[in-house]
Amino acid sequence: MITQMLFRALDKKAIWLVVALVFIAVAIPVANLVIPEGNPLHLPNYMVPLLGKYLNYALLALALDLVWGYCGILSLGHAAFFALGAYAMGMYLMRQIGARGVYANPVLPDFMVFLNYKDLPWFWHGFDLWWFAFLMVLFVPGLLAFAFGWFAFRSRVTGVYLSIITQAMTYALLLAFFRNDLGLGGNNGLTDFKDILGFNVQAATTRAALFAASALALALAVIICSAIVNSKLGKVMVAVRDAESRTRFLGWRPENVKLFAFVVSAVLAGIAGALYTPQVGIINPGEFDPANSIEAVIWVAVGGRGTLIGPIIGAVLVNAGKSVFTGAFPDFWLYCLGGLFIFVTLFMPKGIVGLFQKFRPRKGKEASSAAEAGEDPSTLPQPKPVPEPAE
Amino acid sequence: MTDKSGTMLYLNGVSVSFDGFKALNHLSIIVHPGEMLAIIGPNGAGKTTMMDIITGKTRPDDGEVYFDGRTDLTKLDEAQIANLGIGRKFQKPTVFESHTIWDNLVLALKKPRGVFAALLYSPTAEDEARIEEILDTVRLTSRKHELAADLSHGQKQWLEIGMLLAQDPKLLLVDEPVAGMTDAETVETAKLLKQIATTRSVVVVEHDMSFVRELGTRVTCLAEGSVLAEGSLDQVSANPIVIERYLGR
Repeated sequence: MITQMLFRALDKKAIWLVVALVFIAVAIPVANLVIPEGNPLHLPNYMVPLLGKYLNYALLALALDLVWGYCGILSLGHAAFFALGAYAMGMYLMRQIGARGVYANPVLPDFMVFLNYKDLPWFWHGFDLWWFAFLMVLFVPGLLAFAFGWFAFRSRVTGVYLSIITQAMTYALLLAFFRNDLGLGGNNGLTDFKDILGFNVQAATTRAALFAASALALALAVIICSAIVNSKLGKVMVAVRDAESRTRFLGWRPENVKLFAFVVSAVLAGIAGALYTPQVGIINPGEFDPANSIEAVIWVAVGGRGTLIGPIIGAVLVNAGKSVFTGAFPDFWLYCLGGLFIFVTLFMPKGIVGLFQKFRPRKGKEASSAAEAGEDPSTLPQPKPVPEPAE
Repeated sequence: MTDKSGTMLYLNGVSVSFDGFKALNHLSIIVHPGEMLAIIGPNGAGKTTMMDIITGKTRPDDGEVYFDGRTDLTKLDEAQIANLGIGRKFQKPTVFESHTIWDNLVLALKKPRGVFAALLYSPTAEDEARIEEILDTVRLTSRKHELAADLSHGQKQWLEIGMLLAQDPKLLLVDEPVAGMTDAETVETAKLLKQIATTRSVVVVEHDMSFVRELGTRVTCLAEGSVLAEGSLDQVSANPIVIERYLGR
């Protein structure tokens, strides 16, 4: 069954995407490390973590697209899962510093010494072990998504109300992580990393390896997402997106379908965050900023939601644009971003990928997703329907 | 009312009101296994509300709703009720427009509905044969790979009937199946429903009197949330109260 699933996962488009990602996983490190300076193909050192960061954002966008594009859950709090994964990795990196910190405490990270901690808080234990930390990268975002989704989807919170509470979730975490007494570095977050798996975080070779890991993680996520969306479950997800209540009358449980997609998505976002931390060298509560989550939504919208390649293209292009524009016209970037979102919403509802599809029309038009099942206008002079909880 | 054992659907004294408006008022209806019942009645008679209650979308304020003589439907939700074997066709055809006709039937096909079962599902030859058979029955074989959005209104109605068949329910609730169909399609639909009713119970809500005549089955006329008259179509349409309240003239 699993092999059948994998076979199904690798449809033509996914294969090309995976091949392209594996190629750059090799090509970028080669261009940086092997090709000598002066050669036009040489990639300067500063570019490697920058490109790696784009790929981490691309993975976050892909994760968001799985719930938004395919399952109709517009999460405005997905950066929270990214940041939790990033913090889990940050805690591992902090424990690797050991006695090399400013205060030279072999156990306590610098900020704890500074804040007069006597012992390591309970939740920091285990983070000195890479396998434990890596498990937490998957587990913590997954658990939060499970708990959140369990209550939200079961009480049938949908649409804009769900978006608002996801936004509230990330804002609550932002405030919590700003507090010094949470034991996670407060305002300053976690930084000054030294080693990852025994290798120097700053070294060009480590950075190249982290880039390759980012590209391969993205490739793996493409395979996972492709396997999901091409399965019957993927079809149920799209059905839930387009006509949730109709799926109930066919015997499906939209709350479980959504919960599955939400948890998988949160775990993928967590992995993206974990790869992000060592490449940018710092993680602080700013990553929980609601604006970050909204920016991720823009990447997906620009690239084209409901496709696997769209969010990747969108994340890379918008962030490359951000790098260029914030350098050239620092004051105008936010206007550009806002304008871009309005433009895409009005003129490119299917994003960049939608533009390409327009030039290559396929048999059968794309359907409007407006069909709302079960909301049949009754033959009654329509008294108010029985209130569905929190609809 | 009579004993509920041996019935497929048993509604006894069901009442529900929305903001003081009594949509159903002590409604009692029985459907036996392998029986077809046509329900007629003016707008606001409570026909769709009745279906909402049977399928778990609306909870009754009062009364009993039993399926298969033993299962209390008022305790279950939509998905549980659907999986018991009650299929519903909506008044406004609701198919999954961004899926192909084939995929619509795959989603409806009676199979385990769990998340992981769906993730690992691979269609068997038997499943495909069943879908081909249904496509043939609802005359959509030639369009199976097209998107459901591209179907005409009447064809969507047929696809929805096909989805009902794929669910393999014991009881079908069919709300205005011939709205938007040509006369020829209406006749075909009546034939199809009659054929379905040989093995399953069917409840049809319809305004189209010629269609109800075509079905040639027991008729219940609802008005203001309760049963106004029951019997054959001729008996019901000869009933002076029905003429006054529904048929007019």
